[in-house]
Amino acid sequence: MSANAGTVPEVVPSSSLIPAGAKFPKAAKVALGMPQMRANLAHATGTIREKRAKVAGELDDWEQLRDAASAIKADVQHRMPELAIEFERKATEAGATVHWARDGVEANAIAARITREAGADEVVKVKSMATQEIELNEFFEAQGLRAWETDLAELIVQLAEDKPSHILVPAIHYNRTEIRDIFRGKMIDAPTGLTDDPAALAEAARLHLRKRFLSAKVAVSGANFAVAETGSLVVVESEGNGRMCLTMPETLISIVGIEKLLPTFTDLEVFMQLLPRSSTGERMNPYTSIWTGATDGDGPKDVHIILLDNGRTDVLADEVGRQALSCIRCSACLNVCPVYERTGGHAYGHVYPGPIGAILAPQLEPGRHDDLPYASSLCGACYEVCPVKINIPEVLVHLRQEGPHQAGEKAAMGAAKAVMARPKLWRAALGAARFFTRPWRNKGYMRRLPWPGSKWTVSRDMPMPPQESFRDWWKERER
Amino acid sequence: MSAREDILNRMRRSLEGAGEAAEAPREYRRALAGDTEVVELLIDRLVDYKAQVHHGIESIADILDEGQPVVVPADLPQEWRVGEAIFIEDDPLDPEPMDADDLDAMDAVLTGCAAAVAVSGTIMLDTGAAQGRRAITLVPDHHVIVVRRDQIVGHLAEALPRLSATSPQTWISGPSATSDIELQRVEGVHGPRRLDVVILDD
Ligand code: SF4
Repeated sequence: MSANAGTVPEVVPSSSLIPAGAKFPKAAKVALGMPQMRANLAHATGTIREKRAKVAGELDDWEQLRDAASAIKADVQHRMPELAIEFERKATEAGATVHWARDGVEANAIAARITREAGADEVVKVKSMATQEIELNEFFEAQGLRAWETDLAELIVQLAEDKPSHILVPAIHYNRTEIRDIFRGKMIDAPTGLTDDPAALAEAARLHLRKRFLSAKVAVSGANFAVAETGSLVVVESEGNGRMCLTMPETLISIVGIEKLLPTFTDLEVFMQLLPRSSTGERMNPYTSIWTGATDGDGPKDVHIILLDNGRTDVLADEVGRQALSCIRCSACLNVCPVYERTGGHAYGHVYPGPIGAILAPQLEPGRHDDLPYASSLCGACYEVCPVKINIPEVLVHLRQEGPHQAGEKAAMGAAKAVMARPKLWRAALGAARFFTRPWRNKGYMRRLPWPGSKWTVSRDMPMPPQESFRDWWKERER
Repeated sequence: MSAREDILNRMRRSLEGAGEAAEAPREYRRALAGDTEVVELLIDRLVDYKAQVHHGIESIADILDEGQPVVVPADLPQEWRVGEAIFIEDDPLDPEPMDADDLDAMDAVLTGCAAAVAVSGTIMLDTGAAQGRRAITLVPDHHVIVVRRDQIVGHLAEALPRLSATSPQTWISGPSATSDIELQRVEGVHGPRRLDVVILDD
């Protein structure tokens, strides 16, 4: 506890308010009752939407880049065994040790063993969705090892004993004042008189982590891309905490989902234009690190790569669903999603929230997130912004069909699917849907629709689409 | 069965009958329009990131203060070491290279680069000539990078072939920053908080 403890309001971690294992409708209802969180989210996603639109609009070949990215990722999926083997061979030749893990437990056990063998009982971490997915921090803790998050937002979440609520900015649900209170209450060396100026908060994080970076023996990272042709890994970041973790320790462990492969180094000319513009709305992120195995006299000597399956090979089997493996975790789909903006990330009950979570979580853990494909109005905004052109509405509809309630729904959803393939018809169909919801519209609120619509409406009071489609309404409010 | 074989088999099984993917269309740009002023564009982007831009090697004398300890890669050209700072050479193959604390005691680092991309304001280091190992450009709080005119290209696709693909690379677009608080960019977290770029025009 810092000297400031007791003088500051305690920030209640919002994830703790959502009952464990709650299904989306229930969890969303809880989340909708958190006005501060909703205001924070609306503000943050509004900011990022504007920035993304501006920098994406600067490139007159944006659509051509998306087409290329989508096709390259489809190729990766079709050639995954061959590319994974090529990556393994190149990385090994360059001095890395490549491990394979069927699931999270295997990956965690390998990482813990390497950490111990390096004579360490703690690791510094670069923000990584894969390690969140496999709950590496929790595993390490149970083994008597510590994992220190070093990304600012991850640090905030870890100090608050909360859970991430966004892929890119895990602490997006907190505003600056709440972050200051978390630092004052939970950061042992928080400067006295810390203000809520973002620059002061960043400075506090710098001071807090500096010693740890300079003395860490082992680091754990993920990777944004794994280049098969060269055996290289790529980490994209802003703060320099990634560079610290990837450069300073003796031992580096990178946990990489098998879908992160890219065929060639040249493919980065596509993805490194799309990713920063789609995620933080910047022309380029401050720092990108690329490394290939181990290099004499530069950076970690003991370099490990753990290739992680954890359900991905099952996703690969689904012809429609496998496009979810193209995701580059930019989070643009979260930022434009009207459902996400209202419920926040915790309501989804999975590390991948928002539209991508709604199609990825139920596929990675079959049977456990069947409610998530309904956490969408199918407005299509996610598909429009996705830099790798994942047709999220198509996969949502597909998963609804495949899900446990398929019988009653197949006909309706089959029609929806056919329509979905043709945007014009689909928009017309949205118009028709508005017509059919008329009886519910007298109060301006849709409290409940007959199932399957009820899966959605039960979790929200929403001034549902009377005059305009969801998509029109969303566009309108962007003005 | 090993995890490796198991995973590879599962991939193959999942892909049975999937065939080949269509060849990727690559109709995107690989260069900017021919009349783009790339130096001006680079400067505009760097300033946008709150980096300081200077012209000519003499400006280094003004950027670095008298007596400041400044780490430089051992192969940094002598003519770049201008002014009254104390230049300390780092040689990674030295049996006892500078450790993290030694580097932390440096006020600044002065290096060259491998390439610079104007459109995104990105300066690329691949540990080649005049760049040194990665740690020296990371730990000191102030990075001064010399960019020769012939290293500046307009587009990312023009820069990649200039890099040594398998050497450790760091692409730098402005000083260290974060957008983690309310998604506003704030400069200065763990990497160098001050970035000066010296452009050699000849
Ligand atoms: S699905 Fe597309 S938009 Fe969403 S995070 Fe993945 S790449 Fe980004």
